[in-house]
Amino acid sequence: MTAVTAATTRAADAAEAQEIVFKKDTGAKVRMYLGLAVLVIWGLAPAYWMVVTAFRNVGYTFDTSPWPTHVTLDNFKTAFSTGRGNHFGAALVHSIIIGIVVTAVAMLVGMFAAYAMARMEFPGKYVVLGFILGASMFPGVALLTPLFKLFANLKWLAGANYQALVIPYISFALPLTIYTLTAFLAEMPWDLEESARIDGCTPAQAFRKIMLPLATPGLFTTAILVFLASWNEFMLASQFTTPQTQTVTVAIASFTGSQPHQEPYTAVMAAGAIVTVPLIIMVLIFQRWIVSGLTAGGVKG
Amino acid sequence: MSAVAQQAPKKAPTPKARKSLNAGQARNGLLLVLPTLLFLSVIILYPLINAVVISFEKDAGLDKATGMFVQGGGAGISNYTHWLLQQCGTESCPPGTLGAQFYSAFWVTIFFTVVSVAIETVLGIWFAMIMNRDFKGRALVRAAILVPWAIPTAVTAKLFYFIFAYDGIANHLLGNIGLGPFLWTSDPWAAKFAIIIADVWKTTPFMALLILAGLQLIPSDVYEAAEIDGATKWQTFTKITLPLVKVPLMVAVLFRTLDVLRIYDLPAILTNGVGGTTSLSMLVVSQIRAGGFNSASALSTLVFLLIAFTAFLFIQFGGADVIKRPPGAKKKKDAAPPTAPAATAVAAQSGVTP
Repeated sequence: MTAVTAATTRAADAAEAQEIVFKKDTGAKVRMYLGLAVLVIWGLAPAYWMVVTAFRNVGYTFDTSPWPTHVTLDNFKTAFSTGRGNHFGAALVHSIIIGIVVTAVAMLVGMFAAYAMARMEFPGKYVVLGFILGASMFPGVALLTPLFKLFANLKWLAGANYQALVIPYISFALPLTIYTLTAFLAEMPWDLEESARIDGCTPAQAFRKIMLPLATPGLFTTAILVFLASWNEFMLASQFTTPQTQTVTVAIASFTGSQPHQEPYTAVMAAGAIVTVPLIIMVLIFQRWIVSGLTAGGVKG
Repeated sequence: MSAVAQQAPKKAPTPKARKSLNAGQARNGLLLVLPTLLFLSVIILYPLINAVVISFEKDAGLDKATGMFVQGGGAGISNYTHWLLQQCGTESCPPGTLGAQFYSAFWVTIFFTVVSVAIETVLGIWFAMIMNRDFKGRALVRAAILVPWAIPTAVTAKLFYFIFAYDGIANHLLGNIGLGPFLWTSDPWAAKFAIIIADVWKTTPFMALLILAGLQLIPSDVYEAAEIDGATKWQTFTKITLPLVKVPLMVAVLFRTLDVLRIYDLPAILTNGVGGTTSLSMLVVSQIRAGGFNSASALSTLVFLLIAFTAFLFIQFGGADVIKRPPGAKKKKDAAPPTAPAATAVAAQSGVTP
């Protein structure tokens, strides 16, 4: 609570200071808005170009007008067509299944660990923390060969064996889950839990009935981050998936067109837009939570 | 336990009463982190050890000396000298083989890392300073800047493959100011910069948000004092802003550095290694596809050592304080929970692949 008040005061101070600066220098305001324009163009222009191209007739692929011309939905049809060995529709389903399973398991397992890290003292706590941090710094390729051999022996690299991706993804998502959740949990009003415990709740009850509802924003943000990470992964997916488990990133990267050696740009942009736009909308809606989730652990302490 | 719980409300909530409420923490705490440790051990620790073990074994294949097909066996350090000293069997690796590409892949990876991270740091600080103002539509700008971060790297690579096509928008816009056209996905230098530009576009916003969070913790009276003392803008920036955001900045730089050292998705999709853009990670994957599991393990172990050594340098000498241990946390039972500046950077990674 005090932190919030302090932050508001600081913001007010900053605003005041800013006004003083502006009175001195009207050019500063112009420069600031120019800078903001650069930021917005930086963030949106390439993504906008993808969406515009997705709606453009394939004959006008390299049209340079900044708004949609020769609008058509054919590219989306091409993206979903299963001719020429493309399975984009199926890949969407695979990625959604993998993403949901990974998010659910990583959140459950990560929540236990994050609660322990945020709320408990136990021997070896900093060893565990270091181990988790080390795991997050790891180069994925260092695991590729042994996992490839292991999964080949288990016969997981053929058929519909989602676990060949799901299990590594969970492990890779756990450090992110635990760090983000620990940062959120550390900021919660734990006095309430104490009161519940004194009133006779078990630790598990106190967590489930009192703290979990309060933690929902943090849990939700973490879940989005984990889902995004699983949805966006490419390297392992390109090595471990079969046609029955191929994910969207692999499908898009290996998309083939009607002509050999001719990239089907417009169809790929359409597929990219389908994969990206729902994520972007979600990120825009939950922008405030995501930014605080991303930076929660970053600067405090 | 119940007796203690009944007694507790009567007492003032001293640390002692709290301690008894939290009895059994040591066992429960370990129990709660056990599933995580299990996952990380099976998928990260075991494969890492396994990779090191098999990197000292021979690849199955024809023995050059006897002409016989051999299955495994001890290899000593020959898998490492294969890469580091460019030894294929008894002679040096012929040009064009995967072995001969090691130093090219090593230096191009270092080049990507140094150039990308340098540009991202400078732009990230600038972006953060722009956003660290009071203006209307703050949420809109932050949302816009999250867009590159949310797009999968594979899609980013395809998007820039289109933007950098010969007839694409990049050459069109550069043509308007009399530059180019460039062969962005095949010319050696243009291809390297195509990858760097795509990487910078995707990851600078994240760096900016992290630095911004650090900037917002600097109290405004420090700046007022500097202004009263007549400090120039440059002095304010170098003497106040930079030192005060040093920790979040170094953490961001550390994680971005480790991230680019293992770069795979962008060069694999955008250029597919054309023009000398094969990164170390791509070389590992090629080696696996060629069936050389053991020499691939040696190479991936070298990549791991490179990354571990870089992380060590940053944490030891660069002030990247990734685990903030509360003072005296080891002794006190009621210590504050550890905070992890790393959380942010971990989340930055485009894929789950660490």
